[in-house]
Amino acid sequence: MSNPAEVSQSLIVERLFPHPPEKLWRALTESTLLAQWMMKNDFEPTPGHKFQFRADPMPNWNGIVDCEVLVVEPQKQLSYNWGVGGGESGLQWVVLWTLTPAEGGTHVRMEQSGFTLDQQAAYQGAKYGWQKFIANLEHVLGELQ
Amino acid sequence: MPAVADNLFKALADPTRRAIFEHLARDGEQTVHALTGRAGVSQPAVSKHLTVLKRAKLVRHRRAGRETHYRAHPDALAPMFDWLNHYGAFWRDRFDELESLLKRMEP
Repeated sequence: MSNPAEVSQSLIVERLFPHPPEKLWRALTESTLLAQWMMKNDFEPTPGHKFQFRADPMPNWNGIVDCEVLVVEPQKQLSYNWGVGGGESGLQWVVLWTLTPAEGGTHVRMEQSGFTLDQQAAYQGAKYGWQKFIANLEHVLGELQ
Repeated sequence: MPAVADNLFKALADPTRRAIFEHLARDGEQTVHALTGRAGVSQPAVSKHLTVLKRAKLVRHRRAGRETHYRAHPDALAPMFDWLNHYGAFWRDRFDELESLLKRMEP
């Protein structure tokens, strides 16, 4: 089995882009630009705004991601929840983008975390719960080996 | 995006079930009675959670006399780890696309 520590790392993707934070922020928050590297969308950078990402349907996935904007801190942080499978029976994740000015550009960190059926708890409670779970699992599985 | 291991994710979506699973994985086989003492919820609620965990193959059980003993089956987590790894690849691809978009954009 995979190592849970590696698995939790795989959901954090980071990269240094040789571009200023202002430009990164536009790419992350302007719907037409966002469509060029993510998926077609009706995103607006307003907390509480509900939107969808739409890709071509494929087996086991209708191509739709249901999202709601959680946090908008221009040029610093952007967060939305990420629902696959629709409605209350679906799966909820939280995507958190963090931009940090760095020498020669901007450090971009994407963290996808938390799964919960409770939207209220999506940002705070579930994120903590999920990471704690992974950390505990690492501990438990380490002992089993 | 890969297919979702539905039962598994739904089983783990609930914090009480995660706690029960962790407890079994850490402390070994337990009866419903022993688990109820730890979970802070009623015995019928624990039984219901165990049914969901069993459906996801996260726990196994054996009967001994009047008691049923439950134990964790951590190998059942494998599809979740696979799925998380696939998502890692999904985001790295998106980052590549973002990089090429930034090059095309006006400064």
